[in-house]
Amino acid sequence: MEDIVSNFDLVLSGFWITLQLAFWSALGSLVIGALLVAMRVGPVRVLALFATSYVNIVRNTPLLVIFILVFAGFPALDLLVGTPFLVKGIVTMTIYTSPFVCEALRAGVNSVQLGQAEAARAIGMTFGQTMTQVVLPQAVRASVPPLTSVIIAMTKNTSIAAVFGLAEATARMRGFTNNNADDRILIFLVFALGYIVIVEAISGASWLLERRWRTVR
Amino acid sequence: MTAEAAPEPGQIHAGTGEPLVVLDGVNKWFGSLHVLNDIDLSIARGEVVVVIGPSGSGKSTLCRTINRLETIQQGSITLDGQPLPAEGKQLANLRAEVGMVFQSFNLWAHKTILENLTLGPIKVRKTSKADAEKRGMELLERVGIAHQAQKYPAQLSGGQQQRVAIARALAMDPKVMLFDEPTSALDPEMIKEVLDVMVDLAQRGMTMVVVTHEMGFARTAADRVVFMADGAIAEENTPEEFFTNPRSERAQDFLGKILKH
Ligand SMILES: Nc1ncnc2c1ncn2[C@@H]1O[C@H](COP(=O)(O)OP(=O)(O)OP(=O)(O)O)[C@@H](O)[C@H]1O
Ligand SMILES: [Mg+2]
Repeated sequence: MEDIVSNFDLVLSGFWITLQLAFWSALGSLVIGALLVAMRVGPVRVLALFATSYVNIVRNTPLLVIFILVFAGFPALDLLVGTPFLVKGIVTMTIYTSPFVCEALRAGVNSVQLGQAEAARAIGMTFGQTMTQVVLPQAVRASVPPLTSVIIAMTKNTSIAAVFGLAEATARMRGFTNNNADDRILIFLVFALGYIVIVEAISGASWLLERRWRTVR
Repeated sequence: MTAEAAPEPGQIHAGTGEPLVVLDGVNKWFGSLHVLNDIDLSIARGEVVVVIGPSGSGKSTLCRTINRLETIQQGSITLDGQPLPAEGKQLANLRAEVGMVFQSFNLWAHKTILENLTLGPIKVRKTSKADAEKRGMELLERVGIAHQAQKYPAQLSGGQQQRVAIARALAMDPKVMLFDEPTSALDPEMIKEVLDVMVDLAQRGMTMVVVTHEMGFARTAADRVVFMADGAIAEENTPEEFFTNPRSERAQDFLGKILKH
């Protein structure tokens, strides 16, 4: 009990790393996911094939395997050598989450009426402009609920980074429980509460976005 | 009588006589379906052409090939002497010169009315935001929607949305405007407000291709009526001649049907 109270800064620093990991991974996944969906629906066959294969392969690979690939496999290929663990964690989470973002967005893209893109093309927009100005903004609006689920799942998945030496929240929790076996339940509750706060914040943000965009349409 | 007795394509038109859009031997198939069958059509600068014909005769497809939303397999289409480019940047530039108004308006749902008018000029023509907004407001004024500039499309009636869609196309300063059944998705009481805008546009000298069954519009604003059947131009004539004295059986039959109700 005293241990977790007197070392509360360790709890906070753990969650700070979790937050950083989640924030940058979410941003990375959204950007890469949007690129993937643009490739999938775009006119270039090779890119569509690439994006489809990427989505199918990565989506069917366990997160742990991708962690091992990035943390152990990449250095063997001279990739990410000497890169901070946090960045490696972000790269891993982005690789893993972007296909899920792509698929959530694709459902959104399919819900945007064909005429919206046609009007953009008719006015002289390029494919890139049509996607970024007209299709994706509307797809994102339609995809907020599934995207929220993806980002929440991703946030919880960041706990696997503990195994790979990142001192994020779950790694800290393990440290505390190892030293204070009797307080295990309490420590667990404290950390669970931390995750709940983060997830609730994401849900809240999503709710606000949905409400704002609903009045818009 | 048959279509052979009709005047040669391009003979009947007003405008300045100089051809702006020229379709020459255009053929298009959707799979095995021959949707455009040897279309020769020359549209003069300032001319207003109404395209009429039964459902499935290829009117929409004809419109869409002119700004290459559909590709053609044979023949050529030129705009102001330039052949339509194949793809990419050049094609985008050409499309900017051709305004298109759809049956279903297709205003961008996530943009305000004014933003719908400024997005094209800003992104495609690289106009400054201030200039685009000034021009956008002028056009909204002209179609009578200026006071709704900050609303979203879903907040407007169908007739208002279609007037905005016309203004959006005009904001690009197109050389020619294509209308594909612009009033057929509208409630009867809204048709007039849209037709009024189109008649005004015609009187200002805009070159227009209009797919419509509104005979009133054809009579007041059109220089020529093109009647399509089975993917081919079956007959073309002045509106007055066409409606009072159709030559081809197909046209007589078709007019008989639409006049009955
Ligand atoms: N994308 C497409 N793929 C296959 N067939 C098509 C496609 N678009 C149109 N068609 C077919 O081509 C023919 C001509 O269609 P089009 O839409 O040009 O006719 P239309 O004269 O505009 O008819 P309507 O008065 O019903 O609008 C129709 O038989 C239609 O079913
Ligand atoms: Mg049609």
